[in-house]
Amino acid sequence: MTIGKILLTALAIATCSAPVNGADAPQVIKISAKRFEYTPHEIVLKKGVPTVLQLTTEDRSHGFNIPAMNLRADIVPGNVTELKVTPEKAGDFDFFCDIFCGSGHEGMSGKITVKD
Amino acid sequence: MTTEIDRREFMKMLGVGGVIFISSLNGQPGLSLPIRKTQDFFFVQLSDSHWGFEGDKINPDAKGTLIKAVKEVNSLKQKPDFVVFTGDLTQTTDDTNVRKKRMKEFQQIVSELDSKVVRFMPGEHDASLDNGETYKDFFGDTHYTFDHKGVHFIAIDNVSDPTGSIGDAQLEWLKADLAQQKLDANIVVLTHRPLFDLYPQWDWATRDGAKAIDLLMPFQNVTVFYGHIHQENHHMTGHIAHHSAKSLMLPMPPAGSMPKRQPIPWSATEPYKGLGFRNVLSKSKRDEYQLNEYPINAEAKV
Repeated sequence: MTIGKILLTALAIATCSAPVNGADAPQVIKISAKRFEYTPHEIVLKKGVPTVLQLTTEDRSHGFNIPAMNLRADIVPGNVTELKVTPEKAGDFDFFCDIFCGSGHEGMSGKITVKD
Repeated sequence: MTTEIDRREFMKMLGVGGVIFISSLNGQPGLSLPIRKTQDFFFVQLSDSHWGFEGDKINPDAKGTLIKAVKEVNSLKQKPDFVVFTGDLTQTTDDTNVRKKRMKEFQQIVSELDSKVVRFMPGEHDASLDNGETYKDFFGDTHYTFDHKGVHFIAIDNVSDPTGSIGDAQLEWLKADLAQQKLDANIVVLTHRPLFDLYPQWDWATRDGAKAIDLLMPFQNVTVFYGHIHQENHHMTGHIAHHSAKSLMLPMPPAGSMPKRQPIPWSATEPYKGLGFRNVLSKSKRDEYQLNEYPINAEAKV
């Protein structure tokens, strides 16, 4: 797989975190997408802890959108898409695919739980 | 500026079984404006028929609801000048042959509409998996304009791009078309997804819809009719009114009213609840649109 890293800065609750490689490296959560599910689809983060969501797809293009965090990205075949996030608010935040991918598209979703 | 309209202020029950919603061309209900060179006319908006959908818990009459809608439209006392479908004519499928079959069956059913002109638009279920190629073979262009009795209609495609975007090329096309219109022209936009961020958490938005609204904003008399959300919704972005239509297959709950975006189950005691279509009367003398909402019913008569 050709790995092209797309770095996106999440607004609102996200801030630029330390480099992925280093003493203060953020935790990395790998999320794989395929029609019509994310694996894992339930993710627990800790408030204030810098995190990189590392997104890949097993089949076709999918979206990854968390409007409540003002965080979204396209997940393109052959690429690893990274989203940096430092949650600043506890709670449950739903994410979903916003690139139409077929008959189960409307149910392709997951949840990030941010704990204090 | 966006504003939800208080429907209670504007809705009146009709004795003929429909529900009226008045929407003036400039978004100010009841405000009298100078008479323009328009004539009164009706058109019917049908939407989200999802032909090919299967799911008895959601709609056990999946093969009959569209047919009933056609019969109901044909039973209207006043014939519409035209009928328009605002997208999701068919349920999506990965199989191109099945998609063609569904579109052909849909075409055959709606050919029974007693209307000289029937116009179509794609929804994401029709067009997003092949960028609208099969749709165009059956129904023609995915975006277009036409003029009718003094009103300029613009059909915007925000679904052929699977990201739910209009795209720069079509926005340029829209800009060029609007450049030919006077600022006080009567403009109606037809589209599938809401152009504004109705509820992005459920993907009820158009990624670059704000760009289209920005292009439309200088025009004084703009009204948008759309589908996608499978229910009525009336919303203002500044002076532009946006009206969504009910589905002809599966009703959806109000935005954010449930944890997940899921269809409302069929009610045995209230069959076809939430399904319907609307008749739009363009009233030139009062510069307003009168919306009549009609539920689907087992008798297939309005």
